Amino acid sequence: MDPVRIIEVKQSVLFKNEKKASEIRGYLKKNKTFLINLMSSPGSGKTSLILRTIEHLRNEFKIGVLEADIDSAVDAERVQSIGIPAVQLRTCGMCHLDAGMTEVGLKELDFARFDLVFVENVGNLVCTADFDIGAVCSVMILSVPEGDDKPLKYPLMFSTSDVLLVNKIDYLQFADFDMTALKERVYRLNPHIEIFEVSAKTDHGITAWVDWLRIEIEKWLAYNEEGNTDSADKTI
Amino acid sequence: MHELGIMTNVLEIAIEYAEQNNVKKIRAINLTAGVLSNIVPSYAQKFFNYISKGTIAENAVINIRKTPAIVVCRSCGVESEVETHSLSISCTECGAKGIQIITGKEFRVASIEVE
Repeated sequence: MDPVRIIEVKQSVLFKNEKKASEIRGYLKKNKTFLINLMSSPGSGKTSLILRTIEHLRNEFKIGVLEADIDSAVDAERVQSIGIPAVQLRTCGMCHLDAGMTEVGLKELDFARFDLVFVENVGNLVCTADFDIGAVCSVMILSVPEGDDKPLKYPLMFSTSDVLLVNKIDYLQFADFDMTALKERVYRLNPHIEIFEVSAKTDHGITAWVDWLRIEIEKWLAYNEEGNTDSADKTI
Repeated sequence: MHELGIMTNVLEIAIEYAEQNNVKKIRAINLTAGVLSNIVPSYAQKFFNYISKGTIAENAVINIRKTPAIVVCRSCGVESEVETHSLSISCTECGAKGIQIITGKEFRVASIEVE
């Protein structure tokens, strides 16, 4: 038997995904396409919030949507029904999107036509936060019926997101949901996160969220033109 | 979680480095994982054994060294090491809740042992 020797590697196991995510961020920046990654548990209202947000922004931005689910085209069909281009990614068992899958979807969507692309990630409060898909902005949604203790149980998602949309606030009167406690728990994990209380059903609070997003897009475009690199570091 | 996909990446990285160095056989792969990364060592070996069949890494031993996380307290600014998988911890210096993670989620191939 030949003697054993050691070869140093020192490479991140997710190096390929990180590299692909950076590439995506690079060519989207060149094209001035702002990519948003929307994450949450199943049923929190991601699709409904996308539709509501699009209503407010469709006259200002060309918008496309990438939908990701284990199966079916239900969500993409909902988006297409309001006249917005959408591509459905069927992950066939993968519980999250990665940069490679996102790239496939972006090409299918012909992303170059759009100023703004929403990616509705697979409904999953755990894994989706672990995989960079090349987005400029990570938005998570927590709905009132899910409870105010989720930051204690699933801290990573809350820690790494730029925005928290607390959806279904029209349910507050029916739920034991302590908004003050929720915000305290979230800010402890992530003091810089933006929190908006919204209802996709009633349109309550959507204007504030959309106004913030509009400013972020304008800032990103301004940095784009100056050639500065946007912050891609989503580690907490 | 995701050990299958992750170990496929590990196999690809190991084979890539082995091929660059004219290696006949990979005997072991040494990994480092921060305590906050989501890898379960026993599953890692099991999945690796399955996917490495027929390759130069077949039967390679997967060694995983867990490394502590470095966190900084948002209240008093003191840095400390954490050896448990938890983000809900208090600062050991001032007791405040609310820490920022500097490192601890990394998962790296450190080296490969080859013939």
